[in-house]
Amino acid sequence: MKKILALVLALCMVFALAACGSSSTAPAAAAKTKVGMVTDVGGVNDQSFNQFAWAGLQALAAEDSSFEVNYLESKTDADYQTNINTFIDEGYDLIICVGYMLADATREAAQANPDQKFAIVDDATNADLENVACLTFAQEQCSYLVGLVAGYMTESKTVGYIQGMVSDTMNLFGVGYITGVLEACPDATVLQYNANAFGDIAGGNTAAKDMITKGADVIYHAAGGTGLGMINACDEEGIWAIGVDSDQAAVLGMDCILCSALKDAGAGCVAIAKDVKAGTFSGGEHHYTLADGAINIATTGDHIPADVLEKVEAAKQAIIEGKMTVPTSTADCPQFELG
Amino acid sequence: MTKKKNFLDVISENRFIHILLSILLGFLVGAIFLIAMGLSVGEAYGRLLSSVTNLKGFSYVVVYAIPYIVVGLSVAFSFKTGVFNIGAEGQYVVGSMAACCTSILCGGLPKPVLIILCFLTAMIAGAVWGIIVGFLKTKWGINEVLSMIMFNWIAFYLSNFIAGLPAIKNEGTAEATKNIAANASTLFSKDFINSLGLCPTANWGIFVAMAVTVLVWFIIEKTTLGYELKAVGYNKFAAEYGGIHVNRSILTALAISGALAGLGGALQLMGMGGRISIFTSQEGYGFAGIVVALIGCSNPFGVFVAGLFYGALMYGGSKLNLVGVPTQLINVIVGTVVFFIAISVIFENLKRLKSRSRRKAEAPKPKKADERKEEKS
Repeated sequence: MKKILALVLALCMVFALAACGSSSTAPAAAAKTKVGMVTDVGGVNDQSFNQFAWAGLQALAAEDSSFEVNYLESKTDADYQTNINTFIDEGYDLIICVGYMLADATREAAQANPDQKFAIVDDATNADLENVACLTFAQEQCSYLVGLVAGYMTESKTVGYIQGMVSDTMNLFGVGYITGVLEACPDATVLQYNANAFGDIAGGNTAAKDMITKGADVIYHAAGGTGLGMINACDEEGIWAIGVDSDQAAVLGMDCILCSALKDAGAGCVAIAKDVKAGTFSGGEHHYTLADGAINIATTGDHIPADVLEKVEAAKQAIIEGKMTVPTSTADCPQFELG
Repeated sequence: MTKKKNFLDVISENRFIHILLSILLGFLVGAIFLIAMGLSVGEAYGRLLSSVTNLKGFSYVVVYAIPYIVVGLSVAFSFKTGVFNIGAEGQYVVGSMAACCTSILCGGLPKPVLIILCFLTAMIAGAVWGIIVGFLKTKWGINEVLSMIMFNWIAFYLSNFIAGLPAIKNEGTAEATKNIAANASTLFSKDFINSLGLCPTANWGIFVAMAVTVLVWFIIEKTTLGYELKAVGYNKFAAEYGGIHVNRSILTALAISGALAGLGGALQLMGMGGRISIFTSQEGYGFAGIVVALIGCSNPFGVFVAGLFYGALMYGGSKLNLVGVPTQLINVIVGTVVFFIAISVIFENLKRLKSRSRRKAEAPKPKKADERKEEKS
């Protein structure tokens, strides 16, 4: 018995020492702008909007020390509310909710705390609230550009598209892509598949192989982890894949990736955080497009011939200058089958 | 010779001290990781403690703990009766989905009726999920662990399928079911929550968890049914020889265990969740239940305390990011605790080894030849 007592006491002492040794942290400066980010269930390393939003905020805090940034990960649907409330209790100046999955939780918290500033990525349903900035992105524009590339590059006149889920936000990817493909190659067939999952690598792989047997030679995805399975299938079968969100050719280092449709959620988050610090925060919808660089196309790997690149560049300029608009409604794109 | 109790004896005899020691070791290993990462141990553990030791924080802990306790009881019950319910995850999922559908489709019923109906459908759904596996085991001898793991995935995709049905799916953009009917909610009234300063999801599910704890203890310790189930758990052949229907016992055990896991799902949904999202990965309540049952030594009251402890780790742990500590630290701590609890076998073997070597040392040795010679002369 004595030995146990000794052991327990020893352990306690270790803890006490450890606690004494390190608990003296400097008091935080009062004037910091505190920005808290709540992820959706994808977590902070999802290679998608959670990761970009966090990377953007981290870069912001690194260059401007008057910002303090933090994130809380949500493991289940029920964690959204808890995490938002944690930041409210901690007195954060701005709470950024990443993803439309948090739309309802954000609305509830924003209505209960009218003085608290919120921002939400990829959701416009809260645009009526004064204290919520809805960050939306013109994902149809980058999808249109990669669609053009796919349309010009396809030899079999058959391309594929995999979507992670059917919703208004997600459908924009498909509408833009299909419009682009048909612009470049009017008689092309676009094979479409809704995986209904963002983490189903095996499902993405199977769907892509199915498309390949049907003759597809370029496949684009807007499906997070499911898309990784698709990219692997393209690599195995030697056809082109098109990445999404990040520059996947650079991130994954795979040679089969023709180009990627970039959507940098971080740029929007950083802009809102700066607004909060400057006192110019405003609610409602904040739309980010090709014009401000949050949306773009990445061509790492130099697989695209110069003449195609030229046409894509011209289309990009036309969109930026407002000379042309990419449709945003499924009604304008009858070939889109998933919505 | 009166044997003085040594360290190993105490640990292998006293489960309580063994568990306490394991928890302490878990935090110690966590501290080592923190130091290795160059983070402050005091700040991390201080934060963990301070987030759960105020009324609001504690009410969060209780809310988090409700499903852990009930699912923990489900797994503990199965441990007691000799089956390993690794399928609590699936039973939890079908239970919560059954309660969700009931509350959405019968939302007009008066509150007490609807709540009891939700609990019942959840328990039936969980029990059915358990019985199917039990049937496969007793009829064809299919190992329950295998079929349960597969049934977890069937439940996962079934839940996602149901959540996508037009009658159930959320009208808005959310990839989730509709919110449960207000009449099915177990939340305390807003005024009550605000006047006490509790967390917004404070609900009376904890009292159900308490009642279930006592009930499970009563079934296991005080009824013939519990005696039979335990007998099968200890030795199925002896039990059969003693006149107990082994197969029927296994089915009963899995049904009760499944019903408990299903109830856990209903309690979480009706108190905290309010809706079920389309899963992208398993939420892990069933697996958490295994951990809770292990920490609670499969004793119903132990499980209750262990559920609170686990809830505190989960809630407090979710806030660690605020002081720059990765939340994965909690997984390290929990993993270590489970590891040290699970290796109790090693403590017992060490003890046996030690006593054997002592016996050897104390045993009278045959005298050497020259000694015998000396005696002769």
